[in-house]
Amino acid sequence: MEKPVLLTIKGLQIEGRSGDAWHPIVKGVDLTLHKGEVLGLIGESGAGKSTLGLAAMGFARDGCRISGGSIDFDGIDLRTAPESTRRGLWGKRIAYVAQSAAASFNPAHKLIDQYCEGPVIHGVMPREQAETDAVELYRRMRLPNPNEIGFRYPHQVSGGQLQRAMTAMAMSCRPDLIIFDEPTTALDVTTQIEVLAAIRDIVRQFGTAAIYITHDLAVVAQMADRIKVLLRGNEVEESDTRSMLATPREAYTKSLWAVRSFARAEQPPATGTPVVSVRNVTAGYGAVDVLKDISFDIHARRTVAVVGESGSGKSTTARVITGLLPPRKGEILFNGKPLPPSFKTRSREELRQCQMIYQMADTALNPKLRLRELIGRPAEMYLGLKRKALETRIRDLLALIELEPDKYIDRLPSELSGGQKQRIGIARALAAEPQLIICDEVTSALDQIVQEGILKLLDRLQGELNLAYMFITHDLATVKSIADEVVVMQLGVVVERGPKAALFAKPKEDYTNLLLSSVPEMDPDWLSRLLAARGENA
Amino acid sequence: MTILLSIIVGLGLFFVVGFAGRTLLDAAAPSHHKHMFRDMPLTASFGLAVIAIYVVVAILAPLIAPFGEGQVLGAAYQPWVAPHYLGTDKLGRDMLTRLIYGARNTVGIAFATTALAFVVGSVLGIWAALVGGRLDQWMSRFVDALMAIPALIFSLLLLTIFGTSVLTLILVIAAVDATRVYRLARSVAEGIVVMDYIEAARLRGEGMWRLIRREILPNAMAPLVAEFGLRFCFVFLSISALSFLGLGIKPPTADWGSMVRENATLITFGDTTPLLPAGAIALLTVAVNFVVDWQLHRASGLKE
Repeated sequence: MEKPVLLTIKGLQIEGRSGDAWHPIVKGVDLTLHKGEVLGLIGESGAGKSTLGLAAMGFARDGCRISGGSIDFDGIDLRTAPESTRRGLWGKRIAYVAQSAAASFNPAHKLIDQYCEGPVIHGVMPREQAETDAVELYRRMRLPNPNEIGFRYPHQVSGGQLQRAMTAMAMSCRPDLIIFDEPTTALDVTTQIEVLAAIRDIVRQFGTAAIYITHDLAVVAQMADRIKVLLRGNEVEESDTRSMLATPREAYTKSLWAVRSFARAEQPPATGTPVVSVRNVTAGYGAVDVLKDISFDIHARRTVAVVGESGSGKSTTARVITGLLPPRKGEILFNGKPLPPSFKTRSREELRQCQMIYQMADTALNPKLRLRELIGRPAEMYLGLKRKALETRIRDLLALIELEPDKYIDRLPSELSGGQKQRIGIARALAAEPQLIICDEVTSALDQIVQEGILKLLDRLQGELNLAYMFITHDLATVKSIADEVVVMQLGVVVERGPKAALFAKPKEDYTNLLLSSVPEMDPDWLSRLLAARGENA
Repeated sequence: MTILLSIIVGLGLFFVVGFAGRTLLDAAAPSHHKHMFRDMPLTASFGLAVIAIYVVVAILAPLIAPFGEGQVLGAAYQPWVAPHYLGTDKLGRDMLTRLIYGARNTVGIAFATTALAFVVGSVLGIWAALVGGRLDQWMSRFVDALMAIPALIFSLLLLTIFGTSVLTLILVIAAVDATRVYRLARSVAEGIVVMDYIEAARLRGEGMWRLIRREILPNAMAPLVAEFGLRFCFVFLSISALSFLGLGIKPPTADWGSMVRENATLITFGDTTPLLPAGAIALLTVAVNFVVDWQLHRASGLKE
């Protein structure tokens, strides 16, 4: 039984401007969406997912233009329709949910005021009715205290709640189509589940059609009826979710599916003096203790993954080890010897031994320095390399991170892709020839395929250079592939720690269990099963 | 009619100077900077060419000028006829000569002053942002206190204390201007010191000087350069204001600011001679700002 067609896009072409030239972003994509259907759009960044999603509203971002094809929404040609017609549709019949709810809400207005704006402007309902309606939708989105949450400002509610409030807002005019642009990408796994479940239910209840954009296959498997795979502005393939997961046709799709196949070989238990040992550390800002009495060890050639939700104190632990935040109690031992608590009193040699790779390579690399200086500076400073020797070392390091030295040595960070920037972050850490590298969410800003490349590189370097890694992440899939040992943190306390295999197979603590079970799986029935199971327990 | 004609001639000159400047620079530039000059807008090449002309005139003043700087040659307010191509001033000194020497004094002093103000102000401002805490508070509140005193009165005060010479003039105006630059540099640096790359550099054990010079300054350049263009022009005003009060450049040294004032009475008689030094200041101001805009455009990546 085929439902009526809501949206038809034919041969859509979108171009983006760089300088004076226009280059194609979307190169002739067809798309058909039936009423009440959820279509998943997946692909790497730069595949044109978001651009296509916006084009489905008849909208092109600044610096982009729709250069060909047609967009037909329920009999209205959105390409040729005047601005006023399109504005009449936006918010009323087509709504949009952005990736970062925190950045998309106006921080100066209460949630409910922003909710009511759409219905009132479009004349769907008067203000009083919109307010009652808001409470009803907040309840359906399973927000806590639906009666009063609307009277808070955006900064007073959590990220997951904000994302749900935004979805409720998108629903306010009961649109025919909602475009979700990576709505859960910025959330923790445990929060993600709640948002996914709420979005799925509300879309089903109202029979709304949706385009769900994401780069996370496991997420799209839960949400979409059909999946379309995009690569560099072209469609790779499209089919319904179950057959796409079971039998992907194209090689690219298969590679997407296989991306998390990388797993590090099992290591024997480590012995000897650990490179770093964190001993009963308590630390915090102001009057608050963010870390409470935490202890763990990291051995040479081993990777310890520190996992937990945001706010669990993962990054604070890294700040204590690097000396940015001197602990209140406890100490850090390096090769058995205590380190001075603050980086300011550590010797250059002590600083050299412990390097850090940051989450956002964009802000971790000085945008005005060329790679030569970015990578060369630690080598020059710590190892005293000069001219010829320094040049050779920089070239070796670039080769080590699989970037051609001749091509890249004089580039600025802005002339690199996200994955390449992260590789430069790694090279900068390696230039100091450290014993320990702290990786703070190094892969979470990257696409899955790029992530895998970085993880493989880190794994190879560890073997070659005898490194110890402390791997901070909230992504358990990454933990599965790279860690030897896992430290689970919650609210500044180490909840559980142990070898990866044992911990994943038999988590002792409830929290570890919750965390592990929240990682989305490829199985399209996973979310339903999980919710059913949790419902029984509750 | 004359107005229209002078506008057309002015525009024509602008294009000629602009094109000539660009062609010259393009030919003279080292190969790896070639594309920079070829792509530069006409306004910028005009600005560069004008600045280059001013610099040449300033350096070669004694060779170019037909008469001596303070030489009294005859009647006051002579018309524009040879040998006094631009007439004479109220003491009978040759106007062209005074203009040429004025380039040397005014531009030289203004440049030295602004450069000094920027070096001191931006280094201190970035330092305060970087160290933060008590040092930042002390320095910033001290600068606030200095800024609370009107600039002109403060300069007068300092000049009366330290006496008037060209050196003290430069130091005093630079000190007053440095407080403004300090505020700007500090606020820009505040946004930069929280970046991860600064944290990385600190953890690497980099010294303060290196942090300021290599990590922060290049990223704070765009607003500082823009401010430089503005400050450079304000310095002319300060100098001429101080000269007027008898604490700036002492006569008979030529300076454009005081030349405008000395000959101002002529304007009431419909003579344009007093506008020449004013025009010289205006032209330089426009030229400097053209170049600054161009640099700003390049630095901020707006070229894409």
